[in-house]
Amino acid sequence: MTDLLSLCAFNAAYAHVIDSDALEQWPAFFTEDCRYRITNVENEREGLPAGVVYADSRAMLEDRIAALREANIYERQRYRHILGVPRVERADADGAVASTPFMVARIMATGETMLFASGEYHDRFTVLDGCLLLAERVAVCDSTVTDTLLALPL
Amino acid sequence: MNEHVIQWAGPGLTRVPFEVYTDGPTLQQEQERIFRGATWNYLCLDAELPASGSYRTTFVGDTPVVVVKDDDGEVYAFENRCAHRGALIALEKSGRADSFQCVYHAWSYNRQGDLTGVAFEKGVKGQGGMPTSFCKEEHGPRKLRIATFCGLVFGSFDDDVPPIEDYLGDEICQRIERVLGRPVEVIGRFTQALPNNWKLYVENVKDSYHASLLHLFFTTFELNRLSQKGGVIVDESGGHHVSYSMIDKTTADASYKDQGLRSHTDRYRLKDTTVLEGFPEFDDGVTLQILSVFPGFVLQQIQNCLAVRQVLPKGQDRTELNWTYIGYADDTPAQRTVRLKQLNLVGPAGFISMEDGAVGGFVQRGIAGAHDHQAIIEMGGDTASSSEGRATEASVRGFWKAWRQHMGDAA
Repeated sequence: MTDLLSLCAFNAAYAHVIDSDALEQWPAFFTEDCRYRITNVENEREGLPAGVVYADSRAMLEDRIAALREANIYERQRYRHILGVPRVERADADGAVASTPFMVARIMATGETMLFASGEYHDRFTVLDGCLLLAERVAVCDSTVTDTLLALPL
Repeated sequence: MNEHVIQWAGPGLTRVPFEVYTDGPTLQQEQERIFRGATWNYLCLDAELPASGSYRTTFVGDTPVVVVKDDDGEVYAFENRCAHRGALIALEKSGRADSFQCVYHAWSYNRQGDLTGVAFEKGVKGQGGMPTSFCKEEHGPRKLRIATFCGLVFGSFDDDVPPIEDYLGDEICQRIERVLGRPVEVIGRFTQALPNNWKLYVENVKDSYHASLLHLFFTTFELNRLSQKGGVIVDESGGHHVSYSMIDKTTADASYKDQGLRSHTDRYRLKDTTVLEGFPEFDDGVTLQILSVFPGFVLQQIQNCLAVRQVLPKGQDRTELNWTYIGYADDTPAQRTVRLKQLNLVGPAGFISMEDGAVGGFVQRGIAGAHDHQAIIEMGGDTASSSEGRATEASVRGFWKAWRQHMGDAA
């Protein structure tokens, strides 16, 4: 049975792999045909579908990590995710629909920390072989502005 | 006090003093001579003003403006500054309005920016009020001239700026029409805050030399190679440019491997190549076209991924980059999905554009303490003219040609 505690534990593990630079493990939190998108409140309000990241498969998430590791150039940086308590809309044996607020601080190689993003995950979870996975995660940022660039996932 | 003059090394365009990116007075002069001078500044898309009363607020340089469609179907723009005390007239990014009213003292304006109402103009119970000599027609926010070309709305504070078609020139007009010759709709908006002077971003856009060297994603998937067919068009003024290329899969390209440059690797392959899958929609075979209009407008076609970008200075070392992602109004759902997926290439998190958000900052930080030194912009010679190859900085030199012309310091 999916419950609040299992969603909290899932999110804690999710944040940990990003914040501890274990990015290769990040796609494993998603189903194979998942949706993942990063957008902002204004686009959501106007029903505009684009994202700064827009994926419709787990393979696309793996490609993004590969690109970050091998292709893209950006200053060394890491995140600190602070995740709120999920607001559970529906939860049962098959999965859950929930929203979770996030704040992400970005720590640059130069040593500065800044509040990089705040917002809410809009999630659809599914249970596959007893394992909780994200079928969809839309990270809706409160701000329309991204400082410099967004390299690591939210 | 004497006006500080930045020294340019010689009359050419191949050396740019770093001071132009850090100097405070230069920033103020740019506002006056470039953004509020004889230029056309991109304001918004006509598609973003769908109905009578639709408005958007934006900026010309650092000057806030309101752009609005009136009942006559025409677009008007005026300074977003109340004639009374200077407060913003419109606070929202967009909306619909029959008229505008400043919140401070309720002075009101029609959609064309005329001051139409002054609260308590005749006073209250015979007390107070404005002098009878006060004439509303003589007061109001400054109005902009408007020109719409292919659905792009441009504004100018200058009365003598040439008509938009003359300002752009034939070649730039044709290259805009190629992409925007049919109705578009917005599919998303994002803003990127860049830690650098606005000119560093505009130069980056025009710089076809860096594209395949900095952006490894591009080269690896054969989206853009210097040895591909393509070229750079620089208009007569120097300020506008087009960089374009065509994929030629039959041409084996060894030039990168030979040089042992960082941007070549065989190891990197995508697991899900649908991100790059597109459909032919331009019959000229051009798969990449980056077009800029002086001072701060960019139109981008990378395969089926379309966007306009607005570059706004926010201080010596801050720039706001507004991305508006677009599709065609008659896109099929499948075509729309292709665009949404290809948009992973661009924007603040774009596989081939995220670096552009950072390199300007690398320069801005690198040149601190080097105000008496200069950048070298000599790739491809010293001219600012169109060329076949793309291993050139001709369009960057073009930018400086136009910049110096407008600033009254012609090279």
